[in-house]
Amino acid sequence: MEQKLVALSGNEAVAYAFKQARPHVAAAFPITPQTEMMHKYADFVANGESSTEMILVESEHSAMSAAIGSAAAGARTFTATSSAGFALMWEVVYIAASLRLPICMALVNRALSGNINIHCDHSDSMGGRDAGWIHLFSENAQESYDNAIMAWRIAEHMDVRLPVMVNYDGFIISHTADALYMLPDDAAWKFIGKYNPAYTLLNPEKPITVGPLDLTDYYFEHKTSQLAAYEKAPAIIQQVSDEFAELTGRRYGFAEEYRLDDADLVMVLLGSSAGTCKDVIDQYREKGVKVGLLKLRTFRPFPAAYLAKVLGGRKAVCVLDRSASFGGQGGPLFMETRSAMYGLQVPVHGYIYGLGGRDFDLRQAATVIENLQKVAAGGELKDINLLGVRL
Amino acid sequence: MAVNLKQLTQNEDLLTGGHRACAGCTGANILRQIMLTAGRDTVMGGATGCMEVITTIFPYTAWKTSFIHSAFENCAATISGVETAFRSLKKHGELPVQREKMNFIAFGGDGGTYDIGLQSLSGAMERGHNMLYVCYDNEAYMNTGIQRSSATPLGAHTSTAPAGSVKQGKEQNRKDLTKILVAHNIPYVAQTTPYHWKDLAMKVEKALAVDGPAFLNILMPCTVGWHFDPAIGMELAKEAVENNFWPLFEVENGVYTINHKPKDPAPVVEWMKKQGRFKHLFKPGNEHLLEASQATVDREWRKLLKLEASTQE
Repeated sequence: MEQKLVALSGNEAVAYAFKQARPHVAAAFPITPQTEMMHKYADFVANGESSTEMILVESEHSAMSAAIGSAAAGARTFTATSSAGFALMWEVVYIAASLRLPICMALVNRALSGNINIHCDHSDSMGGRDAGWIHLFSENAQESYDNAIMAWRIAEHMDVRLPVMVNYDGFIISHTADALYMLPDDAAWKFIGKYNPAYTLLNPEKPITVGPLDLTDYYFEHKTSQLAAYEKAPAIIQQVSDEFAELTGRRYGFAEEYRLDDADLVMVLLGSSAGTCKDVIDQYREKGVKVGLLKLRTFRPFPAAYLAKVLGGRKAVCVLDRSASFGGQGGPLFMETRSAMYGLQVPVHGYIYGLGGRDFDLRQAATVIENLQKVAAGGELKDINLLGVRL
Repeated sequence: MAVNLKQLTQNEDLLTGGHRACAGCTGANILRQIMLTAGRDTVMGGATGCMEVITTIFPYTAWKTSFIHSAFENCAATISGVETAFRSLKKHGELPVQREKMNFIAFGGDGGTYDIGLQSLSGAMERGHNMLYVCYDNEAYMNTGIQRSSATPLGAHTSTAPAGSVKQGKEQNRKDLTKILVAHNIPYVAQTTPYHWKDLAMKVEKALAVDGPAFLNILMPCTVGWHFDPAIGMELAKEAVENNFWPLFEVENGVYTINHKPKDPAPVVEWMKKQGRFKHLFKPGNEHLLEASQATVDREWRKLLKLEASTQE
């Protein structure tokens, strides 16, 4: 497949990807750093390049609520937000998943208040990790674009029928011009295809009731059927990713394994920091240190069995969280990863880094690798460590 | 628009019997009357509240048209999404069955409308969706146990602003939501009650006929929250109009029309006497609150007359 090499910001790349899915409806409210993504989309509509109907709501709560109404009516629907906007949606984020509505959302990751901060961390996405969405993470504009194309196929697959959020780091990805390959419109459309809703509010000959009161006698069964979808989702994510690889040559799974085959030491993380780590891993590899990276793409559903398989037999593993779980046992990624590694007898420790957009630099990545070496040699390290902060 | 009773009685009942409303509930009656006029090509949306709860306990539904509930404060936004989906799918030629027009009706109680849902409602009205929002105003949060709302009138006893040895129920006047909606400059805003079935049917018909958003505020006497004999709900709705507590009026493109002007309005205390929520106001020492209630009704009625006169010029 011939693809066009373009220079776009992450926001622009995702706007293009969503446009290529020909959504019927978009509902959104502006928040930094998501704004440019919706500006770009509004331009498409204003210039007749997209026939999407936009609902320019008065809040993110209404954005998700309108998206729910639209998706329940059988329309292909997306929204986009960041940080506090996602937090304001929180109640209805659950409802979108519980009603099994395949809404796609660009979540341009930004720190939660307070204090108010507009820069990147993953606390917004992590705040919604139990809400029932599929969480895809991206390292750069290319992955943001690719995830935003694949998201529709995953969300709308009949074995899944769940909303999907495409996470990409605020400013670091959203506002940085990056080179990426884009599919021609017709090829993207051929890949994504037309949406066939299973149910719609808009058929008066076949009325449905959506969102009834559901009490002790049925609610649990409904949650059980929802839980089953997360069991089926991984196979669909892989299947869609494999088809995408055939089309584009870009291969995705639950994670990217970077120099991992023979690695004794493994870093686990999400998002754009992977690029920095890869550079530093290369430097240490030249020195003969067997270190590699596992960059997760799917945080929900969490690929626990896959992680256990990949991380078993290593000498030391560390997990880098770009969010804190206050009062918890480290960041969310650390907790999930350590739990997945239960019984492996591999030492694992965690870091919290980059909160509120604090730069994750080469030195921090080097510190992480050196600490991995110490632990592998039998040294002691706290379970949870902070990186790049003044103490 | 002339409402034809014979026609209405022949229309299909789209809210089934067997729902779980309280005996004497006038809210279910409101929904049924709306549906008789709206017909099958309608999508209903309900905010969390009595009417949502009594019509949809899984695995049952009382709705013969499509219905959606998502949360308490977002019914207007939710239906605005459904309406937009309709327009988009129609434009793309992808409707499941061809319809030139469908009705999109959101409803909520005063909790879901005056209070927690006000922002969502205001946004949807301003955006100009082709939808009708109906508030069934029973003047307190009845579904959660009769707590005060911004629609609760002065002096009414509620579980969060109770009448006690020091306090005499709600200490504030109710908010005039209907006029807040008028200020949105939408094509149609009106007030009515379930007793005035002809007025209600006419207003639903007009609201659904306009191009753009419409709002109906419907007083809903609540036997449980107002503490009255379940048999007299409709009488109380009638009396609220006859004493000017709840005037029947409509505002079409900014022009007010009062649909009924009582010749000799009854004192509002006569209506209040029949409701347990005002019982404490009739104790010695609370005369000033009864007087304040009458004064508020009189003042608001005079304002309404002036609005009618000035906008009809």
